[in-house]
Amino acid sequence: MIEIKNLHKSYKMGSNSLHVLKGINFSCEAGELVAIMGSSGSGKSTLLNILGMLDELDEGSYDLDGVPIKNLNETKAAQYRNKFLGFIFQSFNLINYKSALENVALPLYYQRVGRKERQEKALKYLEQVGLKEWATHLPSELSGGQKQRVAIARAMAAEPKVLLADEPTGALDSKTSYEVMDLIQKINDAGNTILVVTHEEDIAEMCKRIVHLKDGVIVEDKKVEQVRASQYV
Amino acid sequence: MFNRDRWKEILEVLTTNWFRTLLTAFGVFWGILILIILLSAGKGLENGIKQDFSGVATNTMFMWTQTTTMAYEGLPEGRNFNFKLGDVNLIKDNVHGLRIVSPRNGLQNQQGVDNVFYKTESGSYRVFGDYPEIIFQNSMFVNHGRFLNYHDIEERRKVIVIGDGVRKDLYDDGEEVLGTYLKIQGVNFMVVGTYKEKASNGNGENAERQIYIPFTTFSQAFNRADNVGWMAITAKDGFSISALLPSVVNTVKESRKVHPDDERAVGYFDLYEQFNRVESLFSAMRWIAIIVGTMVLISGVIGVSNIMLIVVKERTKEIGIRRALGEDPWSIKKQILLESIFLTIVSGMTGVIFGALFIYGINSLLDSVGPVDMFLNPSVSVGVVLVALLILIVSGLLAGFIPAQNAIKVRPIDALRTE
Repeated sequence: MIEIKNLHKSYKMGSNSLHVLKGINFSCEAGELVAIMGSSGSGKSTLLNILGMLDELDEGSYDLDGVPIKNLNETKAAQYRNKFLGFIFQSFNLINYKSALENVALPLYYQRVGRKERQEKALKYLEQVGLKEWATHLPSELSGGQKQRVAIARAMAAEPKVLLADEPTGALDSKTSYEVMDLIQKINDAGNTILVVTHEEDIAEMCKRIVHLKDGVIVEDKKVEQVRASQYV
Repeated sequence: MFNRDRWKEILEVLTTNWFRTLLTAFGVFWGILILIILLSAGKGLENGIKQDFSGVATNTMFMWTQTTTMAYEGLPEGRNFNFKLGDVNLIKDNVHGLRIVSPRNGLQNQQGVDNVFYKTESGSYRVFGDYPEIIFQNSMFVNHGRFLNYHDIEERRKVIVIGDGVRKDLYDDGEEVLGTYLKIQGVNFMVVGTYKEKASNGNGENAERQIYIPFTTFSQAFNRADNVGWMAITAKDGFSISALLPSVVNTVKESRKVHPDDERAVGYFDLYEQFNRVESLFSAMRWIAIIVGTMVLISGVIGVSNIMLIVVKERTKEIGIRRALGEDPWSIKKQILLESIFLTIVSGMTGVIFGALFIYGINSLLDSVGPVDMFLNPSVSVGVVLVALLILIVSGLLAGFIPAQNAIKVRPIDALRTE
């Protein structure tokens, strides 16, 4: 599903250049649930941004579902993001003047799906995350866990190839974190490919594979026995 | 563009901060309102002044004799002289492009000394000796009976046409005027018609207190021989009287034996030039109105642009999210532009509506207090409103352009980082 070869990325900081990613080789099959771990400054967010086509790579290659991702203009990148990727952010990033339903329907709107179909689909995904009754509520009327579940429903709505989660539990208490992880595991069980960036050990252990990043290189890449989150809920 | 979700969003964004939107809209509203009020006030003044010219042949000059200031062909300076009836045909033959050459005579009436009598009534009026063509040069129309004709001229009939003001002064209401006799400086004349002025303001009243006698009758009755007091000369359409004026004056100078360089012997007044001066004054006023109005409008538009910049800044993160979710940058740009255009058009059209109401109010006020000197029927044309609409669309686009550009200039990754 994802194929990265010899990925380099550096940032210019004034006259200095900061070499963040120093030759990453990484691949991931469909249906995997991968945790990307590392301390701050290890380059895990940069990696996720490149995977998410929010940032461009300097060197190396990146194929997503057999499509080379290179030299995209903004319009093309937006199209690919919409078609291939679903984002889950630490701070939820819901649009605060739109209801839960409208938020979930947003990626479908960008795909020019008709209004009625859009609402039906969005409602279906809200139901999957257990928030059907909250469809008409604004984000400000939802708890943190509910917001993240809306965000997950939104990421799923466009039926992307890969879900990218950037510290999805970073702003939640542990009980809610486990609820969210339970949801992510269930989505993964249904066959979706998910990448989770986290620095929390227990969250990482709920994935099927852990990739450790340190100073811009992968230092460890191991398959783990998945801890089910449902036992904590 | 006519997409329900898009318009819903435009309204959502603009209504989140009601007060700010209202203040911004007011800038554009005010600009258009001022533009419309200035234009309509200019139009009202123009209508008022042009009414004085209404019905008058404006391509006309007047010419009269003064005193010579140079000796010529044995004649001394300081000589008084008169135009003669023969000069009329001389001018017609010599100057190409003239439509009417009217020789005119008039009675000098002293103010307060009555010169016209009817039964027990009397009044002081201006009395002219005229050819029938004068009716095409003055802004008058016959409302009763007939005007002078060439039979009157040829037979020197003692008939007169009186203004409606004269009729009101001397006759009872409903009294038959035609066929009655007025005594003017001791000579009886039969009334054959009455006339009214086309212009209905204060000047019109004065012009309706005049009396017209056939030129030949006048000359005979008041001993003018073949002298002509002054002339009213109108050029044909397509000829400018201002251009023909020098040759007209030179013709009479030659026939009256006036030195060709004597500038003061013949006096004249060029109505056309005067009219043009008024015309250019109004075109200047129109331009001032347009420039001032547009300036005010521009400051309103800058206000919109400013607010759109702030809106974009406030929504940077949201825009980042939308782009991460896969919204086309063009779609975002379109959204910002539409918001800006929508705001300018709505506020601008509100300005147009208020401007129209204002004009309507002024008009009904004018109607209720009666005619006001030099101000009549202020208005703006539909064309101006359409141009204003066009200006609003263009300025809305311009106002939104920089903010929209800013909105997509920020990379989604940076936009997401903003808190």
